[in-house]
Amino acid sequence: MTQTPTIIESPHPTGLPADASPPAVHVHDVTVAYHRRPVLWDVDLELPANRLIAIVGPNGAGKSTLLKAILGLVPLASGRVTILGRSLHEARSLIGYVPQRESVDWDFPVSALDVVLMGRYGRVGWLRRPQPADRDAARESLNQVGMGEFADRQISQLSGGQQQRVFLARALAQDAAIYFMDEPFAGVDAATERAIIEVLRRLRSGGKTVIAVHHDLQTLTDYFDHAAMLNMRVVAAGPVREVVTPENLHRTYGGRLTILEETAEAMRRSGQPGRG
Amino acid sequence: MEDLLRLLRLQDVNTWIVLIGTGLLGFSSGIIGSFAVLRRRALVGDAVAHAALPGICVAYLLFRDAGFPVFMLGALVSGVFGVLCVSFVRSQTRIKEDAAIGLMLSVLFGLGMVLLRRIQNDPAGSRAGLKTFIYGKAAGMTWPDVALIASAGVLVVIVVVALFREFQVLSFDREFAAALGWPVFRLDVLMMFLLCVCTVAGLPAVGVVLMAALLIIPGAAARFWTDHLGWMLILAGGFGMLSCAMGTALSANVASLPAGPTIVLVAAGVFVLSMLLAPRRGLLAEGLRRWGMRRRYAMQNLLRAMWEAGEASGDFSTRVTLGDLLQVRSWSAGALTRHLRRAAAPRWVRPEADAYRLTPAGVEEAAKTARAHRLWEAFLLEEAAIAPEYAHRYADQIEHVLPPDVLNRLEVRLRAQGRIPDPDSTDRLKGGTPA
Repeated sequence: MTQTPTIIESPHPTGLPADASPPAVHVHDVTVAYHRRPVLWDVDLELPANRLIAIVGPNGAGKSTLLKAILGLVPLASGRVTILGRSLHEARSLIGYVPQRESVDWDFPVSALDVVLMGRYGRVGWLRRPQPADRDAARESLNQVGMGEFADRQISQLSGGQQQRVFLARALAQDAAIYFMDEPFAGVDAATERAIIEVLRRLRSGGKTVIAVHHDLQTLTDYFDHAAMLNMRVVAAGPVREVVTPENLHRTYGGRLTILEETAEAMRRSGQPGRG
Repeated sequence: MEDLLRLLRLQDVNTWIVLIGTGLLGFSSGIIGSFAVLRRRALVGDAVAHAALPGICVAYLLFRDAGFPVFMLGALVSGVFGVLCVSFVRSQTRIKEDAAIGLMLSVLFGLGMVLLRRIQNDPAGSRAGLKTFIYGKAAGMTWPDVALIASAGVLVVIVVVALFREFQVLSFDREFAAALGWPVFRLDVLMMFLLCVCTVAGLPAVGVVLMAALLIIPGAAARFWTDHLGWMLILAGGFGMLSCAMGTALSANVASLPAGPTIVLVAAGVFVLSMLLAPRRGLLAEGLRRWGMRRRYAMQNLLRAMWEAGEASGDFSTRVTLGDLLQVRSWSAGALTRHLRRAAAPRWVRPEADAYRLTPAGVEEAAKTARAHRLWEAFLLEEAAIAPEYAHRYADQIEHVLPPDVLNRLEVRLRAQGRIPDPDSTDRLKGGTPA
């Protein structure tokens, strides 16, 4: 077993032309450590623009940490990150973010629309009120995730899936070029899953990039174009059809029985056209 | 009582000044305390208050008769020091925040008490009035002192109003605020500092021991009344103001009432009323809602059971005995009799010698209920994927809840199975008016 990450370059599966523009995200030799224990070790990764990209790996592989490292939410022990060829600071306004749903208190006294409006605050600027145009943009984002009629609902009265869609709408309201999503499909109902994947595909058609932590190997090849397989290091990264192989999955997940079963299932599916 | 009347007639100007000053302080405590409550940092205020005591004592020991503003400054410095200690212990060791707060709070308060005893033993020191900081005593304050406290409160309110949106995002989703590129650490520090300022300003009126209550209770009470952050802050401010003003007025006029505890008890009264009476989140409203729902489901189940008893024969107003109904569902005879009596009032059920019948109006109502219930059950079984989205409503409102296409699909399927009331047969049965 080799220790160097396998990065497979290949023609793009969606048939979009490869161009010379910078990658959406370039992670240069990043190491992150919590309490002196490394969580990400010397990660070097290039993620192409205008793709739906999944970050997969077992629990504790550092998937969320990688996302947070790219966004500057955790300190880097070493390395650096560029976004569309710029520094994080210069690229802030190009970034949309969907944190894990469990990371906030959903009994907080705000409505769905209030939450989505937060997505506009990056543009509104300090000490200034959001304008009617910002409210319109927030409402439009809610409509896009099928939550228009819940705008004034207090967020604790929404189902888990609806809460996840509100978070997605907030990111849409940011009107970004690259969207980072931490497990957007975790614990949502089928209707929400469909709504989210539709939004993701619309974003791709609009030239956007989505980088999502994903935990469901069964849907990996259906939903995403590109995958980065992570286990503290990058095991493999590239178009899903090429990197999601039994060998790579085995190397990423360490050959646990249930995972092997899922692998077989994923393999079986990957031969078929994607759903919905 | 006479004192109170004298006060209300505005004869004691100093008391009015104190009332307005502590009222403003209560307003700002409620507002900044609301954020602490929402962020689960309510106890930090307690740590600040207790940690302030040694600062007051040290300020006295260093500067003796320097006066009130210097005591306040000492309190602020050692209060901030207390917060820093808590966050140091929490972030640098494996001790959790609650333990860190408990530790700092008691250690620094203990230090304060030791210093206070030293000062009290010194004949000059016993006249310094530092002891009032423990339980609070607003009445004796002069108006420059009050002005200092009130302006601290006003400062806090101005900053919160200016940074309302920033504080809102920070409190709800700190990570998102950081991803926006905001300086979340500095915002955090600013919010903590405002909490410290407010806490220290409240010490002369409320005292070290109970100041935390003035930060926590108004916000906790306000949360019962509203789901809107802006209104919550305003209400919390109002509750804080009311508690401070009333508590101060009472203790100023009744010799045996200490100010701090009185203020806290008034606030506690506001809290209990809020908890009981608030329209949606209050216990009373919640209880009523649960009671109404139980009654409603009981009535629906009764009508459906009587209707289903006649389903096989097609005679929906067939004779049904108590014994028949008791076998269908797990209800007690007493409860069932009560439900039947209730169903007789709108003339849905007609009692007979030892049995009951549905009236034509009852059949119509029961058919509606049975239809809605069966659609709902089919929906839950067959459309499980989207069911959780709709599950928090009443089953009998299914028409208003489900998308029309889903409803149609279900209805066609159920009708084909003969499991849904045929509208024609119901119309036929309607016949005359209810007896």
